[in-house]
Amino acid sequence: MATPVLDKVEAEAAASDHLITVTFRIRRFNPEVSADAVWEDFQLEIDPKERVLDGLHKIKWDIDGTLTFRRSCAHGICGSDAMRINGKNRLACKTLIKDINPAKPITVEPIKGLTVLKDLVVDMDPFFQAYRDVMPFLITKDTNEPTRERLQSAEDRERFDDTTKCILCAACTSSCPVFWNDGQYFGPAAIVNAHRFIFDSRDEAGEQRLEILNDRDGVWRCRTTFNCTDACPRGIEVTKAIQEVKRALITRRF
Amino acid sequence: MKIHKYDTVIVGAGGAGMRAAIESTKRSRTAVLTKLYPTRSHTGAAQGGMAAALANVEEDNWEWHTFDTVKGGDYLVDQDAAEILAKEAIDAVLDLEKMGLPFNRTPNGTIDQRRFGGHSRNHGEAPVRRSCYAADRTGHMILQTLYQNCVKEGVEFFNEFYVLDQLITEVDGVSKSSGVVAYELATGEIHIFQAKAVIYASGGTGKFFKVTSNAHTLTGDGQAAVYRRGLPLEDMEFFQFHPTGIWRMGILLTEGARGEGGILRNKDGERFMEKYAPVMKDLASRDVVSRSIYTEIREGRGCGPEGDHVYLDLTHLPPEQLDAKLPDITEFARTYLGIEPYTDPIPIQPTAHYAMGGIPTNVEGEVLSDNTTVVPGLYAAGEVACVSVHGANRLGTNSLLDINVFGRRAGIAAAEYAHTVDYVELPENPAEFVVSQIEQLRTSTGNERVATLRKELQETMDANVMVFRTEQTIKTAVEKIAELRERYKNVSIQDKGRRFNTDLLEAIELGNLLDLAEVMAVSALARKESRGGHYREDYPNRDDVNFMRHTMAYREVGDDGTESIRLDYKPVVQTRYQPMERKY
Ligand SMILES: Cc1cc2nc3c(=O)[nH]c(=O)nc-3n(C[C@H](O)[C@H](O)[C@H](O)COP(=O)(O)OP(=O)(O)OC[C@H]3O[C@@H](n4cnc5c(N)ncnc54)[C@H](O)[C@@H]3O)c2cc1C
Ligand code: SF4
Ligand code: FES
Repeated sequence: MATPVLDKVEAEAAASDHLITVTFRIRRFNPEVSADAVWEDFQLEIDPKERVLDGLHKIKWDIDGTLTFRRSCAHGICGSDAMRINGKNRLACKTLIKDINPAKPITVEPIKGLTVLKDLVVDMDPFFQAYRDVMPFLITKDTNEPTRERLQSAEDRERFDDTTKCILCAACTSSCPVFWNDGQYFGPAAIVNAHRFIFDSRDEAGEQRLEILNDRDGVWRCRTTFNCTDACPRGIEVTKAIQEVKRALITRRF
Repeated sequence: MKIHKYDTVIVGAGGAGMRAAIESTKRSRTAVLTKLYPTRSHTGAAQGGMAAALANVEEDNWEWHTFDTVKGGDYLVDQDAAEILAKEAIDAVLDLEKMGLPFNRTPNGTIDQRRFGGHSRNHGEAPVRRSCYAADRTGHMILQTLYQNCVKEGVEFFNEFYVLDQLITEVDGVSKSSGVVAYELATGEIHIFQAKAVIYASGGTGKFFKVTSNAHTLTGDGQAAVYRRGLPLEDMEFFQFHPTGIWRMGILLTEGARGEGGILRNKDGERFMEKYAPVMKDLASRDVVSRSIYTEIREGRGCGPEGDHVYLDLTHLPPEQLDAKLPDITEFARTYLGIEPYTDPIPIQPTAHYAMGGIPTNVEGEVLSDNTTVVPGLYAAGEVACVSVHGANRLGTNSLLDINVFGRRAGIAAAEYAHTVDYVELPENPAEFVVSQIEQLRTSTGNERVATLRKELQETMDANVMVFRTEQTIKTAVEKIAELRERYKNVSIQDKGRRFNTDLLEAIELGNLLDLAEVMAVSALARKESRGGHYREDYPNRDDVNFMRHTMAYREVGDDGTESIRLDYKPVVQTRYQPMERKY
């Protein structure tokens, strides 16, 4: 025990409070001011171990209070702050400055495919509508409810574990080229949440959900580009979940 | 300005608000107003679990759970309420399972349970497995499951609506709730919601501390709104400091990590909790562990160049166990510290975590205007409320329970009340306060900045009213808060627009934090004893003779407009258990 502690102490001493200068290049848009979006650069001193969200806060709090973005938990569990950082969808609170090459300007834009309302804030309603459309709740047909819990084996529980992790951040859906071209497509997040119920041994509406996803705007639109899986901050294998839903549609076994 | 009319209005869409909404939507026309999209609420951050004496894995019963809750709260718990909490826990968990919550399972398919600090068999004999959980994502699963069921029930949400004022109308000498005033983030428009019943479920207020596990949005808006209208706040001096927050950031690492076998160590690698709590060691109650950590730090055994933290060591646990039981928190260590918990200890420090105090209610969730009088039409549940089931210190896993039990109760009670009454007339000019507050901030040319004041507030709170308090430190905080409240009058904002003006809302939130910080500090100054989360170095013992009572803080406004805080006290409800010394 003693050795690793000592090593750590030294490592921390070496790394602590070392500030660097970075440029944030942010896509600004405020229809109250102008109909056009513009890029704006901000320079700040920041510890590279801090989050992109910390950088945005520094700008908002010390430089320009009009910069607008959503955030709440600041550690990757509420799903508020998905944005395009250096061209990739990520959570600003889960991305450290040092991990995205701070030597060059860090570009920050709103996620794509949803209407931009102000700066980094987009209209999430169509996203949540697609989610609601897949009936994201447990449906059972029992006429008399059990008095105790329903039983479920640990294996059956494991079957849909991956898709229970979703925080509805929209990083996947807004990274999908099919969704960009056609907002009618349900998008990966809705399919992930359908998967969560289709593969839950307690649920009895799998057929209904599959019918919904069999629709013209459903799973068959997916072209397996894996953007969604790359984007997911929860590490969900989104493409795999979509593939499993496709397979279930063909075999009707789930 | 728009006026809406609903039977029931719920403020907040975290666990408590959505559990209430599921009940009240079935029974009355309900609107849920929430400043965040429901799934963004901080209930989603809860990790460890939800307590219920299901006895799925070993003998247990609700009476033992009641006892643990009362003892854990250092006997400041109202015992009638604790009994309801523990009894209804069982159905609360089973209801969630039926709604679809994916709990971890035992080999025979029932809900699995694990240990958590302070939960014991037979009145303290040995730890008991009482916490129902879903890996270290229990809160996430509760929040998602409740939202899913709100979608199923067709609950009507007004997302990104900030409630900024509570409306009270006097009818025949009785002050009744008549509705709320809300600000719509997208447009800047002001909405009046006239309602027969209003339920506050707006969560905690941890953001007045710097190092905290709480979200940026936990700014005590609900507590501040009712307090400003002359209603009391109960036991605000009691705040829980969780032992294991990530160093400097405050992000929580669940107690479940120590439940799984994790050990706290100082710079010499010593397992120091053996000195402070020989029996329960690292799993002693949260207040005890937090004080022990700070004692190590103060006595020069802290880690790092500044000696300002200690380590949570998980390196002796098998990686498979970490992956299966603690996947999220181990990922936090990797993401935010670049530390691999399989091989390296994690730097931690106590983090401001949970408000035991809040808006006083009875067990039906009805809000009180003094020690006994109910405010007709006004309800509260969840972290914003003080029932009081947590007393001076909340046990881990009892809050996820609280939001479900008392969220449900408040939802039913409010909707049923709404059926029996007519709308109460709105006060004249209901939006007056909010309109002038916003106008003032938008047009102010003062030279104070929100971020600066907030930072100074957080620093003074961390330094003076955190784990250790003395008359001297609390007075320092009271003076500083008074200064900040003065300076707040000169706050100006840069964003003068109407659309998504989060600059404006942060200023309003800061105002709420300042009001509540003052209540906390003043309540703490008057409580000259140590109990649960409130530790006075100058009065290190519990004093049941003088302080076995709840604090009730009221805002008073003098004829000349000067504000002050009046403290009163409320008896503790004791039924079965006589106060004993609390040992772990
Ligand atoms: C990191 C962490 C881990 C935890 N782990 C556990 C655990 O394992 N077990 C346990 O029992 N407890 C745990 N707790 C405590 C527990 O999670 C919380 O106390 C509980 O979830 C609070 O729920 P709530 O519904 O009262 O509030 P929240 O979930 O915080 O919801 C508040 C709601 O109010 C809304 N709101 C706030 N202000 C306004 C306003 N002005 N207008 C409109 N809406 C508003 C928000 O939008 C939000 O929807 C943990 C807490 C934290 C921070
Ligand atoms: S699947 Fe992943 S990326 Fe998509 S919404 Fe859920 S958490 Fe976000
Ligand atoms: S702020 Fe919650 S996920 Fe980033």
